[in-house]
Amino acid sequence: MIFGDLQPSTARRTFTASARLLGTLHLDGQLLLALSAIAVLGLAILYSASGQNEALLLRQAMRFGLAMAAMIALAQVSPKYLRLWAPWVYAVGVLLLVIVMFVGVASKGAQRWLDLGFIRFQPSELMKLAVPMMGAWFLNERPLPPDIKMLAVLCVLIIIPVGLIAEQPDLGTALLIAASGVFVVLLAGLRARVIVAVTALIPLLAWLAWRFMHDYQRKRVLTFINPESDPLGAGYHIIQSQIAIGSGGVFGKGWMNGSQAQLEFLPERSTDFIFAVIGEEFGLLGLLLLLALYLFVVARGVFMAIECQDTFARLVAGSVSLTFFVYLFVNAGMVSGLLPVVGVPLPLVSFGGTSMVTLMAGFGILMSLHSHRKLVGS
Amino acid sequence: MISPVRIKDHWSEQRMFVRRAIAAGVLMMALVIALIVKLVQLQVVRHDYYAELSQGNRVRIEPLPPNRGLILDRDGAVLAENLPAYQLELTAEQTPDVDAALAALAALDLVEADDIDPLKRLIRSRRIFEGVPIRLQLTDEEVARFAVRRHEFSGVDIRTRMTRHYPMGEFGVHALGYVGAISEQDLVRIDEGEYAGTTLIGKVGVESSFEDELHGTPGFRQVLVNALGRPVEGEAALKADLASRPAVSGIDLIVSLDIPAQRAAETALAGLRGAVVAIDPANGDVLAFASTPGFDPNRFARGLTTAEYRALQDNIDRPMFNRALRGTYPPGSTIKPVVALAALDYRAIDPGQARFCRGFFTLPGSRHRYRDWRPEGHGWMNLQEAIAQSCDTYFYYVAQTLGIERLSTFLGKFGFGQPTGIDIDGEKLGLLPSREWKQKAISSPANRVWFPGDTVIIGIGQGYLLATPLQLAHVASIIAGHGQGYEPRLVIALRDSSTGEMKRLPPQPSPPVQVEDAAMWQRIINGMVGVMTPPRGTARGSAAGAPYSIAGKTGTAQVFSVGQTEKYDEKQIEERLRDHALFIAFAPAESPRIAVAVLVENGRSGSGTAAPVARKILDAYLLGATP
Repeated sequence: MIFGDLQPSTARRTFTASARLLGTLHLDGQLLLALSAIAVLGLAILYSASGQNEALLLRQAMRFGLAMAAMIALAQVSPKYLRLWAPWVYAVGVLLLVIVMFVGVASKGAQRWLDLGFIRFQPSELMKLAVPMMGAWFLNERPLPPDIKMLAVLCVLIIIPVGLIAEQPDLGTALLIAASGVFVVLLAGLRARVIVAVTALIPLLAWLAWRFMHDYQRKRVLTFINPESDPLGAGYHIIQSQIAIGSGGVFGKGWMNGSQAQLEFLPERSTDFIFAVIGEEFGLLGLLLLLALYLFVVARGVFMAIECQDTFARLVAGSVSLTFFVYLFVNAGMVSGLLPVVGVPLPLVSFGGTSMVTLMAGFGILMSLHSHRKLVGS
Repeated sequence: MISPVRIKDHWSEQRMFVRRAIAAGVLMMALVIALIVKLVQLQVVRHDYYAELSQGNRVRIEPLPPNRGLILDRDGAVLAENLPAYQLELTAEQTPDVDAALAALAALDLVEADDIDPLKRLIRSRRIFEGVPIRLQLTDEEVARFAVRRHEFSGVDIRTRMTRHYPMGEFGVHALGYVGAISEQDLVRIDEGEYAGTTLIGKVGVESSFEDELHGTPGFRQVLVNALGRPVEGEAALKADLASRPAVSGIDLIVSLDIPAQRAAETALAGLRGAVVAIDPANGDVLAFASTPGFDPNRFARGLTTAEYRALQDNIDRPMFNRALRGTYPPGSTIKPVVALAALDYRAIDPGQARFCRGFFTLPGSRHRYRDWRPEGHGWMNLQEAIAQSCDTYFYYVAQTLGIERLSTFLGKFGFGQPTGIDIDGEKLGLLPSREWKQKAISSPANRVWFPGDTVIIGIGQGYLLATPLQLAHVASIIAGHGQGYEPRLVIALRDSSTGEMKRLPPQPSPPVQVEDAAMWQRIINGMVGVMTPPRGTARGSAAGAPYSIAGKTGTAQVFSVGQTEKYDEKQIEERLRDHALFIAFAPAESPRIAVAVLVENGRSGSGTAAPVARKILDAYLLGATP
């Protein structure tokens, strides 16, 4: 009997101990667990998608470690400082974007990187966090819902970095940053009639966007409407990814058995199109499981945002969570053919550098905002 | 208008945030449902469609060409076999610019400039995803030369394929034939599916006529390919359900050629333009089949350049021309035993009664002299002596007595003007003239009539009568068989290359020649033995010292004109206006084992040129003597 009691109490002790540790580190257990689960699944899929490339896997794991460190580090920073830094981070970010226009390193036809000698750095990643923080900082001390003048300022704050990034060109990132800014505005309580009016403006905006698009971006939109029109060119990505997902069926072909991915029919299979590899090898069930994990992260994030006690915290936390959803949806949508192909990676799963660090840093901020609540009074 | 003073209301902001968060949640759920609907549509509703597409993506069918059947002699010596060789192939589908690629290969000296246009036509005529051989056999040095530049040639690759090899070179080339690259003309008559992956096809001779047996049945295997179409290895799980069917090798052919006899024939004819056909009279087996000059069939399997091919075609000695099968010549005096037999059968003459030869013959009421080859005449001649000494005036008389109807009918029984039925294609029929034939064949009405003089010269094998060396050998074998001949055949058995099971082909009897009295055969054979016997036999010299008896008949055929296509060269014309030398024989005369016909173009004299050739073949076959 003595021994019988031992185990549950040991388990409980371990549980309480880790809860205490998480609390001390300002981390959110549920969020951490779900993010880690996605990352671990992501590594398993990446191993298969990369053609069992262990070196690549190791790099991605190290990157995840770095991202985790960034998250933990940011979770320790008091929201007060985050709020104070927001305009400075934003200003530096915009400055870097301007610099990158002139001295940036070009790669694959886009000028996105700053070469700092020891590391290549993408200023647009910084803006993913700086824009919502700046928006929230701006709205924090002002009465809500925002009036027209405040909206105009917010628009400028969003459009400057978005425009600079779209010019690089990096449509995917520009879209995500615009979304993160717009979420701040929406969550701040934009009036319903303004929302309706802006929605009505969308066709006009679409026309404007079309005018400013690069040829390759226009082509992507056109092939999105009819992928078969260019099966060996721009439509190839979509056709092959649909074949991959569709042939996976309900249960999938099995890990490392996806012929589309393993035989290299699927382009960008370890980066932007890794969602199709999951669909091919793990089927509909695999995709639903993955979606469930992502949605849990989003839901937990939104819930944490609701629990935050000041406007800055709520808006930043809410924007980070909803942007994470946009990430997921735009990637899944483009790979499955629901949306046009824009270069947005599948968060935490796609092989790639800075975006994972930024994402996790965002969650670090979210955890900081949530865990630094004053538990008594307000 | 005064705007109301707005105060920050934390409580309402909190409620607003919650409402917006809920709205966002609803919107996200809607989007997620749309995504799931899309996924269900892809993975459940249209799963079969996409599964098939993915299967088609990764599996490509690769043909497995069959091994071509071997050609062996009756003792198992290999006459045609398959050897691996490096082949340069171009796949149009994977070549961005075929013209540029061919030009670049020509610059590397891997393709002749002259061949580029025919190659382009060939490439266009084949399916774009198939490799088209543009060079059949590369030397090691050429392989190396291409290998260092390979990266510049997308779609061009070196492949190891089985190619045909004739270990004995020119040996029997006009009988066996050769294989060459599948041409546009070949593509018209073959089923391309049956030849997927095969680059060579029989062109003439046994290789062509037995193409169906030799070729075999191609197999296939499904190979796993990546997006570039390159086969990939090592993906065991993906390969499990790949289908394949092994190729079935072609059937091996056993040919009748007797190596010593064939070699003797080719050696004896070396340096001459001529032909030899030797037949086993008991079954029609072709023991020797030669036409000179010959050529090396390996060059065709290797792939001739256009220039090389033109050189062969334009050679005045026409090495590609199968004189044995397709050369038609006046048979000359070799026909005399048959004319004699006709006279006996129709009882047109009394064989014992002698006629006086004074050196020429005239038709009644005409002063035109038909000259004997011996201007002073042969004196008194009976049938046997007339054959032995080849007395022309005797046979002028016999032919005139028989008349063209009877002569033509009887010659027809020996196969003149008809196919011998040999088992290779392309046989020429020669010409058996008759009144009806002349009526149809001659355009000017005045000359359509059959003149008595037309008949007279047929008695000595001249005039309109034409025969191939093969037909003459067949005639000799019919005489040797006392009327029973067999269709000549080169292939005597088929061997299943996998089981080794042998299927012998039965001899095919020709329609027998029947005469009233079987003893008549012996009379003419005696005449033919006389040819080979002193004191007066025309070819007695060629029989000297033979430990077996020979029945033979010499012939000399006049050459009327030089072919129009041949180049004018005074010396050559002079040589080419000489008479053709002919000789038929069989031996041993009393129980014949071999019948032979020899033709030497412009060889002047049957006894001087053709008969010695025949003797060497008889020795080689009957005595095993090596020349």
